[in-house]
Parts: sequence; structure tokens; C-alpha cells
Amino acid sequence: MRVLLLFVCLGLTISAAYWAYQENYRTQATLKAINKLHTRIGLEREAISVLNAEWAYLNRPDRLRELVDLNFLDLELVPLSSEHFGETATVAYPQNLQATVNAPVTVSGSTGDAQ
Amino acid sequence: MIRTPLRPLAHVLDAREKGRNPDEIEAERRAQRNARIQAKMRNRAEFRLIALGAMFFLAFVTVGTRMAMLASSEPIEPRATASGSQILNQRADIVDRNGRVLATNLATTALYARPPLMVDPAKAAHSLADMFPDLDRDRMLADFTGGKRKFLWVKKKLSPEQRQKIHDLGEPGLLFGPREMRLYPNGQLAAHILGGASFGKEGVNSAEVIGVAGIEKEYDALLRSPALDGNALELSIDLTAQSTMRHVLAGGMKLMEAKGASAVLMDVHSGEILSMVSLPDFDPNDRPLPPTKGDPSQSPLFNRAAQGVYELGSTFKLFAAAASLDRGLVNLETMINTKGPLRYGKFKIRDFHNYGAEMSVRDVIVKSSNIGTARMAVAAGGNVQKAILDDLGFFAPVPVELGEANNTKPLFPKKWSELSTMTISYGHGIAATPLHLATAYSTLVNGGFKVKPTLLKKNGSQTGEQVLKTATSDKMRELLREVVVRGTASMGEVPGYEVGGTTGTANKPKPSGGYYDKRVISTFAGTFPTSDPKYVLVVTLDEPKIMAYGEERRTAGWTAVPVAAEIVTRVAPILGMRPIDANGGMDYTQVKN
Repeated sequence: MRVLLLFVCLGLTISAAYWAYQENYRTQATLKAINKLHTRIGLEREAISVLNAEWAYLNRPDRLRELVDLNFLDLELVPLSSEHFGETATVAYPQNLQATVNAPVTVSGSTGDAQ
Repeated sequence: MIRTPLRPLAHVLDAREKGRNPDEIEAERRAQRNARIQAKMRNRAEFRLIALGAMFFLAFVTVGTRMAMLASSEPIEPRATASGSQILNQRADIVDRNGRVLATNLATTALYARPPLMVDPAKAAHSLADMFPDLDRDRMLADFTGGKRKFLWVKKKLSPEQRQKIHDLGEPGLLFGPREMRLYPNGQLAAHILGGASFGKEGVNSAEVIGVAGIEKEYDALLRSPALDGNALELSIDLTAQSTMRHVLAGGMKLMEAKGASAVLMDVHSGEILSMVSLPDFDPNDRPLPPTKGDPSQSPLFNRAAQGVYELGSTFKLFAAAASLDRGLVNLETMINTKGPLRYGKFKIRDFHNYGAEMSVRDVIVKSSNIGTARMAVAAGGNVQKAILDDLGFFAPVPVELGEANNTKPLFPKKWSELSTMTISYGHGIAATPLHLATAYSTLVNGGFKVKPTLLKKNGSQTGEQVLKTATSDKMRELLREVVVRGTASMGEVPGYEVGGTTGTANKPKPSGGYYDKRVISTFAGTFPTSDPKYVLVVTLDEPKIMAYGEERRTAGWTAVPVAAEIVTRVAPILGMRPIDANGGMDYTQVKN
């Protein structure tokens, strides 16, 4: 009986050690993967910040103004003035509200908190 | 426990038989009992002390071990937790009130050299000098080949193309260090507000970016601290309004051949500065060094709106009128003696035109009579005048979030004589910044409440204590409107926006004393719409002149006012302000872009 108990204990110890060994390596592998991911996230963030900076640079008001002047013949954009304000009353009420739906429509979105 | 009786009967009888005192037995027994109790108490106390000691010992050992572990281990970032978010973006961005980027960071590289590692130092020096004309060829050659220098910085910022070119040289002694540089994508647009940044302590692997002026300097600690948690610092500036205002002002400045110009647009209720322009300006990406010679107030670095202390002329007349009206000394129709010239000792005060013997207070302001204003101020007294100017903030630097402005003290006479009262009533003898004037005008038209000018985005009204009666403020709005409708600022009329404002033309003081004859600072200070003021606009031009009707004109009515009108025409729609229709109905639509 005692021998059997001994073997059972030995077996348990070995399997626990095997499990611990596996877990250890799996943890290390995961940490490495996380590190890689963080590096990639960092690079992505850097890329995003560069893109943001470039976007802001390309959209600087001085440049847009020049572009508007250059493309005046096509775009005919003029500075916003007080005459550009309209009245909601002058907007025509849409005549045909119900659009005909022939083909199936895929709708996606979240309901948010309204459950 | 069985209690031992103190006087056991058997022993007492026994003692009596032997003729001894039975009390002795009792005393002996009592002593024994006390000793037992004492011993027990003592043991308990000892145990408590030891247990407490052990607990403290364990606690200190735990703390000590943890400290030792922390001290001896390498610092690592917590890897298993959520992303280490803001490691790259060291310094927070600065954005305008609609979230458009005003300042951000860009990864770049710095170039350094280690001459001992070089294969061909002379060739490297020549190639670098060919590539960058701003580097000193001889000095670099000496540094590289001299053998003394082990390490030197060559360039602080490199573009990717430049980096590739240097890489292609194949010189192992030329090395790159990563850098974060501050980028102002809009260039000169808000140069004086943002200020600029430069490198502080530098290492091979990183360098700290520090603000050197403007908001960057004022909020340096906040921008660097993790407190913002990746969020940007939101300014009250509206980028589109700022751009438009700068464009219009630059046009006006060129047209009038002015040396400089500034404009401030402020929300009258919250004190938020929507736009502040000072020309000439500079590019904060490449901030010039402060001039070592010449007049610093002519340098592009000088913020005329916040640092420029000028005599602002007739725009001050409103304060004299406000003081007298607020204290009930006059009403708008009270007649004031305007017979000129007004003599005070050797000093004579004249008007631009002769306005006859007397005028109502209303007309004194609308026609801008120096004599009338001076008489009104003297009648009210110097103390009244001082009190109102103090309430409106003319005796202290503007409390805006700019170090430059906080160091700029207005100029006013130490001894406030009667003559000072007269001249100051029409804006001579006291000098303040355009920002002072904008703040004071906000109080005049917003119902009489103090405002604190700010460059940070606020929510809603931020008005402080009331220093003028609401009725006085209403009259000020009425007067300001009338000056535009039939007075000196008639060119300021913008259909639909009910502009109200006054003009000021002040001769510039000579550095040697006295005043220049033909050099003026011309100012427009006003508000729109006067029926429910929302914004205050102050425009100043430095030495403007324009030919009109065959005459060279310098007065603000011909120079600053048309520029201000153009600014209102262009900026008001951008701020989402609907023109007021003839029926008087009005509402604002917030237009987002």
C-alpha cells in the first residue's frame, strides 16, 4: 500500500512538473508575442502621428486658400459670407418620402445602451 | 479554579489552640494569592509584548524585503497589462477649439559623429559640408581629423531623405539618434500664441523637448506630464478665424504700408480669445533668435497684441463716458461745454474739427471731442477715473496664459494730476496693450461684468464681478453703435452684424521725448452685434497711411476701421454667426467644419 502511494505521489509530482514546464514556456512565448505586438503598436502609433501631422500640414489654411485660388475655375469656391446663410423654411419638403426597396438591404450598427 | 479560602476554619482553630494570631495565616495566604495573580498578569503582558514585537518585525521585514527587491531589480514596463500607450508621444499635442492640430510631434533623427570610428574623416567632413551649406567646413574638418574630439553633434534634425544620403556615405563614424521634434503644421498662423520649442537635455537615444515661449512655455510642465493622458491641450483659438483674420490683417497692413499690425477677437462673456494676430510674425518651426540690436518691439518675435504697450487714443473716451454715466453725473443728453481750445497752464487741448460751443454727451463720443471728454472727466474727478480704469484692468498686466503678457505692465503716470485726468480721458498719457483694450471693452458691453482673458477653451460664460451697472453697459452699446452709424467709425458698418466701435489715432512717442508728427498708432475697438454683444474686436495698425480723395490719411477711421470691417465681414460667418435680418430677429448657428 505504501509503495502504491509512493508511486502515485511520484506520478503526480512528475505530471505537475511537466505542466509547470509547459506553462513556463507558454508564458514566455506569450510575453514575447506581447512585446512584438507592443513594438508594432508603437510603430503604428508613430505612423498615425506622422500621418496626422502630414494631414494637418496638407490642410493648413494657407495651402487650402492657394488651392482654392488655383482651382477657382473648376470649384468656384468663394469665402464664406453672410449671404450664405439660408432659412430652413426655404428648403423644399421632400415629395416622395417612401423609397421603393426592391433588393434586400444589409443594416448593421450597434444599439448602444438602449437595450 | 478552586479558590483557597483566606481563613480556613481548621487552621484558625489550630492557631487559636496554639495561642497564635490567626490573622497572620490570613496575611500569608493573601500574599500568596497576590503573588500568583501578579505572575499571571506578568506572563500575559510579556506575551502581548512579544506578539506585538513579532508583528512589527514581520511587517518591517516585509517592507524592507520589497524595497530591497525593487532597488536591486531592473525597471521593466508592465508587459502583461494594457498597452503602454503614450511612450512615443512624449509631449502632448496642442489643438484649437475644434480639435484641429496646432502643434504635434514628429519622429526624426539627429546626426552625431564619433571621429575615432571614422574610416575617412576628411571625406566625411567634405561630404557633409556639401550636403548642408550651413555647416562650417573648416571647423568640421578640424574636429573630425584633429583626433581630440571623441564625440560631437552635427545636425539636430534630419529629414528621411537627408538621413538616407548620409547613410549612403557608408561612414561608420556617422551615427543617428532618434528624436521627437515639435511640428507646427500651420506655420506662422498662431506663431505668437504657440511660441515655439527647442531641445533641452540631449542624449544619444533621446532629447527632451522644452517650450521656449508662448503657450508652449506657459504650459511646459503640463504638456510634458502624463496628466493629460494622451489628450491634447485645447486652446480657445479658432483656426479658421485665426487664418482669416491674419490674411485680412496682412492685406490691410500691406495696403496701408504699416510697419506692424495686431488684432484680437475675444468672446465678451467668457474672455476666450478666438483669434489673436500680431504682424510681422515668424515661423515657430524655425524660431529666430531674439535680436541683439535694434528695437525689440520691431522684431517679428514681439507680440504686439499682448506685449505692445501703446497709447490707444480716443478709444479711451468710452471709459470717461462710462464713469460719468455709471455714477449718475450725466446722462446721454447732458450738454457739455466744448468751446476750444481748452487751456491748462501752457497746455492746449484741441479737437480735430471745431464742434461749436456745446454738445450732448452722446455727440461728444460720436464726434470724438477731446475737449468735451476732458471736461467730463475733470467734472467726474481723477479718483473716479482711476477707479474705473482700475476696475477695467488698466493698471496691471493682462492675466492671460502667456508669460510675455504677464511681464508687460501698462504705463500710466505715478502722479495723477488734473492734466493727467484730462489727457487720459481721451487716451493720451496712458499706454496699454490691445489685449487690455479688448478685455475692458468686453466689460463695457457684456453688462458690466469683469472677464479674465484666456487662451484655453472654456465652457459657457466665465464672467466675474459686476463693475458697471447693466444700464451703463446698455448705453455703451448704444453709443458704440452710433459711432459706427453716424460717427468716426462709419466705414465699420457691416450689413447684418450691427458693428459698434470707436476709433483711436494716437501720435507715436519719440524715444527722445515728445511725439512724432506723422507717425500714428491707429486703433479700432468694437463689438458685434451691438444688440446682444458676442465678440469684441480690437485692431491696431502701426504707422498706417493711405491715399484717399487726393489726400494722405492716417486717422483710424480711414485705416484701422476698414480693416476691422473686413475682418467682421469675413470672420463672423466663419464663427457661425447668422446675419441679423431687418426684422431684428437673430440666432446663431454653430457651423462645424
